[in-house]
Amino acid sequence: MMALATSAFAGGYRVSLQGQQQLGMGHTGVAVTNSAEVLFFNPAGAVFLKDRFNISVGANALFARTKFQNETYNWKDSTENTGTPFSLYASYKAMDWLALGLAVYSPYGSAVEWDQDWAGSHLVNNIDLKAIYIQPIASIRLTDKFSIGGGPIFVTGGVEFNRNLTRSLTDEEGNRSDVTLDAKNVTAWGWSAGFMFNPVDNIRLGLNYRSEITMEARDGDATFNDLPAFAQGIYTNTTFNADLPLPAEITAGISWQINDKWLVAFDYNRAFWNVYESLTVDFANPGIATSVNPRNYKDASTFRFGTQFKPNDKLILRAGIYHDESPVRKGYFAPETPRNDSMGYTGGLTYMINANFGIDVSFLYLHFDQVDASYDHYNEDGNPNVSFGGTYKNVVFSPGVGLNYRF
Amino acid sequence: MKNKVIYLAILAAGFASCEPEFENELSNGNYSAGDADFSSYVAIGNSLTSGYMDGTVSRVGQSYSFPNILAQQFALVGGGEFTQPSYAEDTNNLGGISGIPGFPTRLVIDASAGGPEPIAGMSTVTLTPQASAFNNMGVPGAKTFHLLAAGYGNPAGLAQNPPMANPYYVRMATSTTSTVLGDAMMKNPTFFTNWIGNNDVLGYATSGGTGSTAGLGGADITPAPVFDQSYNMIINTLTSGGAKGVVATIPNVTAIPFFTTVPYNPLTASAIGGGNEANGTALINQLNASLIGPVKQVLTAFGQGDRLQLLSTTEANPLLIKDETLTNMQPQLTGALTAAGVPAQQAALIGMIFGQARHATSQDLVLLTTRSVIGTAPSSPLAIDPLNKYGVTYPLDDQHVLIASEVADVTAATTTFNNIIRTAAQAKGLGVVDMNAIMNQLVSGLRVEDGSIYTANYFSTATLSTVMFSLDGIHPNARGYALIANEVIKVINSHYNAKLPFVSAGSYPGATVLPSN
Repeated sequence: MMALATSAFAGGYRVSLQGQQQLGMGHTGVAVTNSAEVLFFNPAGAVFLKDRFNISVGANALFARTKFQNETYNWKDSTENTGTPFSLYASYKAMDWLALGLAVYSPYGSAVEWDQDWAGSHLVNNIDLKAIYIQPIASIRLTDKFSIGGGPIFVTGGVEFNRNLTRSLTDEEGNRSDVTLDAKNVTAWGWSAGFMFNPVDNIRLGLNYRSEITMEARDGDATFNDLPAFAQGIYTNTTFNADLPLPAEITAGISWQINDKWLVAFDYNRAFWNVYESLTVDFANPGIATSVNPRNYKDASTFRFGTQFKPNDKLILRAGIYHDESPVRKGYFAPETPRNDSMGYTGGLTYMINANFGIDVSFLYLHFDQVDASYDHYNEDGNPNVSFGGTYKNVVFSPGVGLNYRF
Repeated sequence: MKNKVIYLAILAAGFASCEPEFENELSNGNYSAGDADFSSYVAIGNSLTSGYMDGTVSRVGQSYSFPNILAQQFALVGGGEFTQPSYAEDTNNLGGISGIPGFPTRLVIDASAGGPEPIAGMSTVTLTPQASAFNNMGVPGAKTFHLLAAGYGNPAGLAQNPPMANPYYVRMATSTTSTVLGDAMMKNPTFFTNWIGNNDVLGYATSGGTGSTAGLGGADITPAPVFDQSYNMIINTLTSGGAKGVVATIPNVTAIPFFTTVPYNPLTASAIGGGNEANGTALINQLNASLIGPVKQVLTAFGQGDRLQLLSTTEANPLLIKDETLTNMQPQLTGALTAAGVPAQQAALIGMIFGQARHATSQDLVLLTTRSVIGTAPSSPLAIDPLNKYGVTYPLDDQHVLIASEVADVTAATTTFNNIIRTAAQAKGLGVVDMNAIMNQLVSGLRVEDGSIYTANYFSTATLSTVMFSLDGIHPNARGYALIANEVIKVINSHYNAKLPFVSAGSYPGATVLPSN
C-alpha cells in the first residue's frame, strides 16, 4: 500500500523536476555545469563551476491528471492532483580543487486521488507521498580534466494511503469499509557519487550513481473506517510495517559546447526497479493478515536530450525532450501509479538581471499515449488473480520558476 | 525572436493539451440496444425474478433483483422506467411478511451463534394491496401455471386450505381476479425476461420429495402437459404484441447449495459425541454392538444387509435415513430380534423405526435445513432413548432428504421442462439464458471477465467476498443476481446484436453478518 507511494519514487511515476535550468534541457545534466543544480545531477561537476559561490532555488507547480474508463463495465473516473516540488542547491568552492555543497530537493511530492469508492477503490482511493532529500556534497578535482564527487543522502518522508478493504464490504449503512495507512517521518540514508571527465575543452562526460534507499516505515498508523459491527473486532486500529525500496539509479551523459551560443546534452538513465517485487504491509495486530501486493517491477531507462542557446549575456533559452520508460510490467498496472511510457517536452529560459543574479523559468509537458492496462493480481478470498483495468490516459504539466545567484 | 515564437507556441500547446482526452471517450453512445427495444421491459418469473434472497424479499434485497440490475443497463440504450412492487414499508429492511405464518424475516449470519437465522425484529411488510402492474412481475413461490391463475392475488384465497392465493401477488394484483401474466401485459412490454418453472420442480425437491411427481400442489412436480401448455401460453401472450425477450432454463437441484451443502456422511466420532471424540467413540462401539450390528445381522439374513453399515470410529459415517421405496422389514426385524432375546417391546420399537431405514449414500441429497435437525430428538412417540437421535439412531424422515430416486425424478422433470422452454423460445426466436448449464459450471467454478471465480457453494467466512448464494441456499445474493444479470446481458448482446455493459459482480454485497442477533 505504501508501495503506491514508492512507485511514485521513480520510473512510471517519477516526474523529474530537480532544477529549473536543467529541466528546460530535458532534465539532462550529468555532464553539464550550468549552475548549482549540478549538485543533484552529478556532484562531481560542482568543482567545475566557474564562480566561488553558486546558489539555485526553485519550485514547480505540478499538475498531474489521469482519466480512466472501461467499456466492459461502463466505468469512468479521473484524478486531478497538484504538487509543489522544490529544490535548493548551494555550492562553495573552498579550494581550487574542492567544492562543498548542500542539496535539498523533493523529488516525489505527488499524489493520486480517485473518487472515494470508485471502481478501483479496492486497490487505491488516494495516496499522498512526500519525501525530502537532504544531501551534503564534496566535489574534488583530481586533474584539470577529471573530478569526482558525492555525498550521503538523508531522506525524510511520509505517505498516506487509503483503500477499501474489499470490493464489497460495507458497514450497516452501506458505507464501504476502508483502511488508511499513515506513515510519518520515515527516514533513511543513501548516497550518490559520480565523476566528470572533460577529454577536450568543449566536451564533458559524466557518470552518476545514486544508491538504493529502502524506506522502512515502522509503526505507521493503520486506521479502519466504516466497518460493519462484526468486523470491528477483527480490524482494530493498529500499526504496520512496510519497506519501500527506492531503486539504485545510474546516469551517464555527455555535453558538447558547440560554440559560445549553443550547448547540447544527452543523458541516459537506468533505474534498477527490479528490487520492487511487492508491497508488503505487515500489521502489528496478528489477527489482520499481512497484505502482499505483487509489483514485480522491471528495470527502466530514460533517454534525455537537451540544448541551450545563449543569444546574449542576458538571456539563455532552453529546450529538451526525453523518453521515459515505465517500470511496470503488463498485468501489474495499478491505479496508484497509473503511468505508462511517456515523452517529456521541456523548455525554459534564464534571464540575468545582472551578472550575478538571474531568474529561471521552465515548463514540462509529459505526453502519455492512452493505454489499455490492468492490475491482475488482486487477491480476493484466496483467488490471487482478480483483475482491474481499463483504458488510462495521463497528462502531466508543470511550469516552474527559480532564482540563481552566484559570485 | 524566432525562438521566442517557437517557445510560446510550445507553451500554448502544452496548456491546451493539459486535459487528458481519450481517442474514444466512453459515453452512452458506446452502447446500443441492437435489435431490441427496452422502452418497456417487463420481467416475469418467480422468486428469482423478484429479488428474493436470504429467505425473503426485503427492501434492499429487492433493489438487487436481476431485472432491476438489467434495467439500469437498459437505461443506457433507451430503456424506460422500471418499477417494482413497493417495499417502502420495510423501513428496517427485515423482509418477511407480517400477519401470516411462515414468512420470517431475512436470514443473517449471527457471528456469536455461527449459523444463519432470521434477523431479530418484527416484519413491517403488510399485505396491503398495491393494485398496480409493475415492470418486475416476479412472484416468489409462483409455478408456471400460477401466472395464468385468476384469483392468485385474491386475499380471500390465502385463508383457504390449501391456499389458492400468493401473499406476494396479493400485494401486487390489480384486482382480485387478475392474473400475473395479465398484469404484466398491462405494461405493454417491448422486451421481457421470463424465468419461470423452477418451482415446478423445486417445490417437490425442497420438501424432500414428499409430494407427488405429477400434481399441482406446493410440494408436487408439475405434470409435463400442464407445464407445456402453461409455458407456451405465457410465451405466446408475452410475444403477442411483438415483444422480444429472453427466457431462462431451470437449474438442476444438484447445482444448488440447499441440496449440496450438508454431506450425506457428516457423522464423525466427534460429531456423534457432541464434540467429544472419546465419548463419540464409546457411543459408536456401543451402537454397533447393541443396535446397528444386531439389526444389520437380521437384515443380512433377509438379503438386505447393505442397508446399514457398522459405524466407524475413524471415518465419517453416513446419516441414517428413511427410504420409503424400500420393502418394510418391520415384521422380520421384530421377529428375529425377539427370537434372539431382545425384550419384546424393544424389538417391536426397533422393527418400526428400522423397517425402511438405511444409511445414506452420496446419491442422496440432504437438505440444508436438515443440518439443524441431525442429532436432535424426533417428535415421534417412538423416539425413545437411545433411539432418539435423528440421523444417528432414528432415521431422518422423507422430508429431510431427497433420496436418489427422488433426485432422478427431479432431474428428469427438469430436463423435460427445459426442453419445453427451449422449444418455445426457438419457436418465437427468443434468446435462451441456459441457467441450467451456468449453474452446472458454477459447481466446479465459473471464471468471469475479471478473473474472479464463483462457485455454487454455500456461505463460509472464507468466501465472504465471493459467495454468490444467499443464506437460504436456493436463491442468489446480490452478487449472484449481478452474475445472473451478466449472463442475461451476454445472451441479449449476442442474440439481439446489442451492446450492453456488464456489471461488476464482485462489487455487489454478500451475506449480512451481525456480531449478535
